[in-house]
Amino acid sequence: MADPVVEAVARAVRNAPASGAEPGLMHWRRAMVWAAVAAVLIAAPQVFNQGFAVSMLSQMGIAIIFALSYNMLLGQTGMLSFGHAVYFGLGAFFAAHALNAIGAGSLHWPVSLLPLVGAAAGLAFGLVFGYVTTKHSGTPFAMISLGIAEMVAACSLMFPSFFGGEGGISTDRVVGDKVMGVDFGPGVQVYYLIAAWCFVCMILMFALTQTPLGRMANAVRDNPERVKFVGYNPTRIRFLMLALAGMFAGIAGALEVINFELITAERLGTAASGTVLLMAFIGGVGHFYGPIIGAILITFLQSALSNYTQAWLLYFGLFFLVMILFAPGGIASLVTLHKPAVQTRLLGRLALPYAGAAVAGAVLLAGLIMAVEMFYHYETKREQVGAVMSLFGQQFDTTATGPWLMAVALLVVGGVLLRLAARPIGAAWTEIAAAVNRGQGN
Amino acid sequence: MEFFLVTLLNSLSYGLLLFMLSSGLTLIFSMMGVLNFAHASFYMLGAYFAYQTSVYLGFWPALVVAPALVAVLGALTERYGLRTVHKYGHVAELLFTFGLAYIIEELVHLIWGRAPVPYRIPEILDFSAFSVFSTKYPAYRVFMMLVSVGMLGGLFLLLTRTRIGLIIQASLTHPDTVEALGHNVPRVFMGVFAGGAALAGLAGVIGGNAFVTEPGMAVSVGTIVFVVVVFGGMGSLAGAFVASLIIGAVQTFSVAFDVSLLTLFAKLGFTPDPQSAWMELWKVTIAQAAPVLPYVLMVAMLIVRPKGLMGTREG
Amino acid sequence: MPKPSNAISSLGRLAVMAALAIAVPASAQTIKVAYLEGLSGPFANVGEVGLRHLQFFADRINEKGGVLGQKLEVVPFDTKTSPQEAQLVFKQLVDQGIRYMMQGNGSAVALALSEAMGKHNARNPDKTVLYMNYGAVDPALTNDKCNFYHFRFDADVDMKMQAMTNFMATQKSMKKVYLINQDYSFGQSVAKAARAMLNAKRPDIQIVGDDLHPLGKVKDFAPYVAKIQAAGADAVVTGNWGNDVALLIKAAKDAGLKVDFYIYYAGGLGTPPVIGEAGVGHLKQVTVFHSNIGGSRTVEMVEAYRKRFPDSRDDFYWTSIMVAVDMLTRSMEQAKSTDPTKVALAMEKMKSDSLSGETYMRDDNHQLVQPIFVSTFSKANGKDVKFDVERTGFGFKTDARIESKDTVLPTTCKFQRPKG
Repeated sequence: MADPVVEAVARAVRNAPASGAEPGLMHWRRAMVWAAVAAVLIAAPQVFNQGFAVSMLSQMGIAIIFALSYNMLLGQTGMLSFGHAVYFGLGAFFAAHALNAIGAGSLHWPVSLLPLVGAAAGLAFGLVFGYVTTKHSGTPFAMISLGIAEMVAACSLMFPSFFGGEGGISTDRVVGDKVMGVDFGPGVQVYYLIAAWCFVCMILMFALTQTPLGRMANAVRDNPERVKFVGYNPTRIRFLMLALAGMFAGIAGALEVINFELITAERLGTAASGTVLLMAFIGGVGHFYGPIIGAILITFLQSALSNYTQAWLLYFGLFFLVMILFAPGGIASLVTLHKPAVQTRLLGRLALPYAGAAVAGAVLLAGLIMAVEMFYHYETKREQVGAVMSLFGQQFDTTATGPWLMAVALLVVGGVLLRLAARPIGAAWTEIAAAVNRGQGN
Repeated sequence: MEFFLVTLLNSLSYGLLLFMLSSGLTLIFSMMGVLNFAHASFYMLGAYFAYQTSVYLGFWPALVVAPALVAVLGALTERYGLRTVHKYGHVAELLFTFGLAYIIEELVHLIWGRAPVPYRIPEILDFSAFSVFSTKYPAYRVFMMLVSVGMLGGLFLLLTRTRIGLIIQASLTHPDTVEALGHNVPRVFMGVFAGGAALAGLAGVIGGNAFVTEPGMAVSVGTIVFVVVVFGGMGSLAGAFVASLIIGAVQTFSVAFDVSLLTLFAKLGFTPDPQSAWMELWKVTIAQAAPVLPYVLMVAMLIVRPKGLMGTREG
Repeated sequence: MPKPSNAISSLGRLAVMAALAIAVPASAQTIKVAYLEGLSGPFANVGEVGLRHLQFFADRINEKGGVLGQKLEVVPFDTKTSPQEAQLVFKQLVDQGIRYMMQGNGSAVALALSEAMGKHNARNPDKTVLYMNYGAVDPALTNDKCNFYHFRFDADVDMKMQAMTNFMATQKSMKKVYLINQDYSFGQSVAKAARAMLNAKRPDIQIVGDDLHPLGKVKDFAPYVAKIQAAGADAVVTGNWGNDVALLIKAAKDAGLKVDFYIYYAGGLGTPPVIGEAGVGHLKQVTVFHSNIGGSRTVEMVEAYRKRFPDSRDDFYWTSIMVAVDMLTRSMEQAKSTDPTKVALAMEKMKSDSLSGETYMRDDNHQLVQPIFVSTFSKANGKDVKFDVERTGFGFKTDARIESKDTVLPTTCKFQRPKG
């Protein structure tokens, strides 16, 4: 019995790179990478130091943990879940109540270790729901996860004393005395707490992929029958992975509570589960670092794009569709794709064709943005501020024909140019492929 | 008695509407393995197209025009979208439909606005067909049932009496064998996808004015239709039919039961502490939980029988 | 095999975003009022209506030369109707040095904003922000969770229920009341308040049903209507809004159910066109304003709004925004300052010459006190139902007017007042 979902995930990750370097060199390289990650985490708020930017960086840190924990299921074990936000949300609610108890003095626990509360809650619910759901894999698992997510989401509105109704549970992260000048009042202190947890979680989740459990999870993803033959129980492995993924999601949830000092039921709903799926998929489920890219990018787009345009949902949807149609392995796969070009030292050969495509893409994009923005302006803003809108520093009358024709022309020209630009790129890749073949032939 | 009869009729009309939606989805799901998240969006588009058509031509032409337009969109979606992502596997296909649903909703916002549109029941059907004691039963609901039953009959004939129907049936259970026999499976897929979309569109035409035509209507039925399909079982139209009626009945009848765990405890002679944190849980009535029950049913079914009610294969 | 176009398109998008960022004009010396509402996604239309109102009244002030020689500038922010997003937006407006903000859709967002603002103002007393709430009606905002810098210009759930039950108590024929509400905090508090107040005012009225259904999930209300029918109710009280109210009324009409519906949000966006004929005569709403409360200034305002926004097909609805802008500008003039703390100290003693009658700000919890109207959905007739809603041919007719003094409720609010 070949389950389509299992098969599909297996296919998506099959191209994951196998490290060919020697063990010693590999360890050294890895240490360098982690050091660089730590440096970026430390330096980020020094560069982006406004209140909003720091808050967004904190959100990104939380999203990274959450997306990585999701990929423990989808990318590593081949389990497509539509309800991962349940563990995030429940972890967050328990953490929020714990934080309130700390504030009331009935619980003695440092705020910086609050994520452990979230972890415990996430793990506990992971064990409970995991026991029920991991008996199945593939589509039945996906549907059960959706059903459980819907049930938990519905319950969250029915039990206001625990979930706080629509207003959610609000807390105060500034409790107790300052410890070495830190009370988590300023956003930067919260950021560094989140960054520290994010770093630890990243290392732990990466380490997990190197353990026998992590390896067997990959095997369960690729071929559960064979796992049975070698004496492991796939159900048990799925169960353990789900419980652990729930635990990390719970940590992310608790950090969210510290960051926002508020948790509402929408955070455990199906929309939130959908978002984390997008993050992992757009980043690339076949690589450990894929979801990290996805988490950063999606968080940025969601927060920042909406400041510039009302049509951000549409752009967001189009971006997502284009990604699925043309780069279903996610951004990480685009990076991997260029490895042969780097190895054969032919990356430079791609520069000119790419530049051509960039110009064509820019024209197409300009046409698209113009059409969309004018449409939105015409539909929603014309009465308030008049028919004329400014875009790219130009004034356009959305009721005149000229600008519309211009937008269409840009779209058409951009499309044609992009077609033309595709040819030299294809030629360059053929050359690279030939070079790779020659290299292998030697 | 009055309440029972009225509710039975209501559950029947609701169940049949669910079947119109789920029949297309189950065909697509079973043949192509795609959980089509955009299926409910086709339902919504059906309603909006019908509204727009009825503004110019009236309701009756809309009954044909709207599903036809939706079928064209469905065919295009399959040809230029799903077929492209097909080679990347089912997760990519599923996410494609997910993204498509998202964009359709946003486009509907732009074109028809975010508020409901005044898509009304045609006046000729806007009367009460008969009375059940003191409750009137609207003619339009009878009409809805007739359309659903007509569609059910048509679908049955198509699947059992025509060659294409036999191929579709065979593809439901043995997709690989059908391909091996040399049939143009991609074209069958496109046809089935368009047909499934048209059925959803038709459901939109008759559901859109019975309920409300607004941009949220896709989301509000989307997951329920999944539940029906999974509950009924993969590859089984009969299963989808029975599941539609069961889910329709569960949702409609459960509203009547103001029974909570508290009532049960009282019968057992046990009174929980009113200050207890669990009190909120004990107080939830079946009526209150009505819309959640389908999910409970689905999860229970999948745990006990992953094939679904009448399914022939798992996943 | 991925094509290169997507990588390029994402790069291009970033470039365009940067370009757009530069395109925003830098304006000198204006008083910025941030407008925080869901401006994308399913509730964007609701957010846009409020934005039109705010723009409308800000323009009127600016035409007269502005306040203290400065113009009012409305700066819209998209909260996506999410409490968490609203907090992020709040950080942004603080970063941009905006000191005034207005919001009104969704008590969850309002509570989150009020809380975030409270913390910010306590930590930055020289950069305080003032919050004008034009429609979030959770009583907690002016009771347990009140804040000195939060002012509410709409009547809260309990005040409206007080008005509604005062009116219901006068309906002698009413014997059996059915409560049906959405299962979340607002719906639950409506059910609770209705039960308590009806019991106190008319102990002879029997509550024959008390249903809670999940928010926005019910497609077919026919079973609920069958239940109401079976219970023999002659009035239904509901806090439902949006489709949950439209579907309920439609199902009731289909089944031939003859009861009066007492509703909070019937005039809301898009609801009247859907209800249509089905609601005439038995749909009663309780609001602080509707287009047909009378008075020449009301007529003038409704017509001016329609003239300004002819294609939107919405109506002048939010008197709360009108009063808020009025009180804001006069408080600034009185305080001779645009500092929110000084303005707030002036605003809490403000009276306003509004359209409906005696209107003043309570200084103990910053809740606006104003008359409340109970009105019935009727056919527009050019006389007592002069204006229809959303060009439907149906409008509201006043049944009763509950005077300001009868809407005042005790408060549990205790806030810290800063020194002026």
